[in-house]
Amino acid sequence: MASVQIHDVRKSFGGFEVLHGVSVPIEDGAFVVLVGPSGCGKSTLLRMLAGLEKITSGTISIGDRVVNDVQPKERDIAMVFQNYALYPHMTVAQNMGFSLKLRGAEKSEIDTKVNRAADILDLRRLLDRYPRQLSGGQRQRVAMGRAIVRDPQVFLFDEPLSNLDAKLRVAMRAEIKELHQRLKTTTVYVTHDQIEAMTMADKIVVMQDGIVEQMGSPLDLYDHPDNKFVAGFIGSPAMNFLEGTLKVNGGEPWVETASGARLPVASAPAASNGKAVIYGIRPEHLEFADDGIEAEIIVVEPTGSETQIVARIGTQDIIAIFRDRRHVEPGDKVHLRPRASVAHLFDKDTGKRI
Amino acid sequence: MGPRLRGDDTEWVAINRSYNGMTTIPTSLPTPTRHFGKSSAWDRLRTNRNWLALWFMLPAAAFLILFLAYPLFLGVWMSFTDDRIGRGGGNFVGLENYEWLKDDSIFWLSVFNTLLYTIVASAIKFAVGLYLALLLNRHMPFKALIRAAVLIPFIVPTVLSAIAFWWIYDSQFSIISWSLIKMGLIDHNINFLGDSSWARGSVIFANIWRGVPFVAITLLAGLQTVSPSLYEAATLDGATSWQRFRFITYPLLTPIIAVVMTFSVLFTFTDFQLIWALTRGGPVNATHLMATLSYQRGILSGRLGEGAAIATAMIPFLMAAIAISWFGMQRRKWQQGTDND
Repeated sequence: MASVQIHDVRKSFGGFEVLHGVSVPIEDGAFVVLVGPSGCGKSTLLRMLAGLEKITSGTISIGDRVVNDVQPKERDIAMVFQNYALYPHMTVAQNMGFSLKLRGAEKSEIDTKVNRAADILDLRRLLDRYPRQLSGGQRQRVAMGRAIVRDPQVFLFDEPLSNLDAKLRVAMRAEIKELHQRLKTTTVYVTHDQIEAMTMADKIVVMQDGIVEQMGSPLDLYDHPDNKFVAGFIGSPAMNFLEGTLKVNGGEPWVETASGARLPVASAPAASNGKAVIYGIRPEHLEFADDGIEAEIIVVEPTGSETQIVARIGTQDIIAIFRDRRHVEPGDKVHLRPRASVAHLFDKDTGKRI
Repeated sequence: MGPRLRGDDTEWVAINRSYNGMTTIPTSLPTPTRHFGKSSAWDRLRTNRNWLALWFMLPAAAFLILFLAYPLFLGVWMSFTDDRIGRGGGNFVGLENYEWLKDDSIFWLSVFNTLLYTIVASAIKFAVGLYLALLLNRHMPFKALIRAAVLIPFIVPTVLSAIAFWWIYDSQFSIISWSLIKMGLIDHNINFLGDSSWARGSVIFANIWRGVPFVAITLLAGLQTVSPSLYEAATLDGATSWQRFRFITYPLLTPIIAVVMTFSVLFTFTDFQLIWALTRGGPVNATHLMATLSYQRGILSGRLGEGAAIATAMIPFLMAAIAISWFGMQRRKWQQGTDND
């Protein structure tokens, strides 16, 4: 186990810079998730950590050692690839033992380690099969087994669940998290799926266009997003954004939309009166009320545990989620009230939190 | 009835017609019926799936039978006759042609030459082709252009390249001899096509030059099917570049190696054009292959039966080559199906 320090790392392909100075401290034993839309540079960062891509500038250290010029195999890391990258001509056991075989380990030692990893992942029955004979979830587990056998300082996961179907993904998510709790090996996990990030991470690093937008614990990011991008990216269904003007007039401040709706705000600096802002409210923070904003229901989507509705305020659509069952139908006029204490305000021009 | 395009639709029509006036509810499964008599045999030949498949295969089958199976059969048949050009027919003589060949030292020399030619040329074509394929699989500038250039020897008609080689190997005007003399390495021309050993080496070299592109490009295609992430995984597992080749590239390439080398061996074993254009089997039969000997005996000397016997004698060798690669390919369990035991 080891901590990992990523310090002001940049990466250019040709003259094109894709990472613009990224710094991420990763504590020993932490589960860190790099998350962001495709093309944000998260996979590139992971591959640089693995040694598969050169570092243009900045430093990456694993433990106390700067690894910029250290060969991948000397870095003491193991990686799980998106397509698993299992060797098709080797059995499960051979796949898992390959790194030990290359290291020149004794056959008995290889067997012991492979069997131990197989027990952890419930792969004992499958040791003699070829990757072709395995299901997606089993392949995924073999790929993890290959990483475990090496007993590395750091595990790297590159979107390991995106090739699985939705149900299996949820199961494997829990399995990976449990594995981490058991082995306590420092883990860096890349995904574009914010739910994976929220459910698994100790620390989430949200990236966009080659920079880190925000990092912190999942709930921290959920409750206090630094900017509009993070606010919209974390949470599902996504946060509602309503444009309006901030009014601070002695008493309770509010945001007034173009259609005249008044959105309540807990507090705002007096100096920002009249500022053009974006009002962010999560779907679960809206409630029915007699004196709320007038809205027309467009779509009702019951899922059993909760009901999701799409409603129109003026010209903007918003999504609201209710856990109690209430009979509403498309076309109904209702009043919705945002909970002021959990509303977010963002500067319309910079997207920064106010 | 839905617009289902099934071979049995006419049966449906027939059934509905026979129950004229009755309301039948069409299901997707045609009822087994004993009303075959109502639809004519011709209708069934036209629409039954199995018959249709046969119709579609017929043109290709006819082509293959006419131009492959028939000549092959005719050749084998001729080898049992004493047929000569211009005489027509010939008498059945049983194994007499083969008995003659058994005591024919030139025939056995041609067998030796053919085996030598095939084994040496194929082995070198494999080694060079694989090396070239690995080289071309790397990222480099003008990749497409270089790959296209590698194919040139394969595109040029054999006879034309043979004529070029003929000049290169000429006893007086050879550019190789000239260059070596100018460099001071030798003091007289090499008699490339006049000396048995030189002649054998020369034709083998020409065959290799011509055959390498096929091997290289096919193996390159095979290399490109290997996912780059496997190499990355192996790199992280600690494999050196030799180990990556030995444990990843080579095993994954074996199926395509088996196919390409089978073809290469078959083409080399049956080679005719190159030898005929360069040496016509000389000097003193040193480069006579079974194919060239067969042509010389069968066509030039007119003894069709004997020529056919030599050609037929090639068949066991070719079958053996195919069998080796066939059983070689069968061993690889990892690439077979997705059976879950």
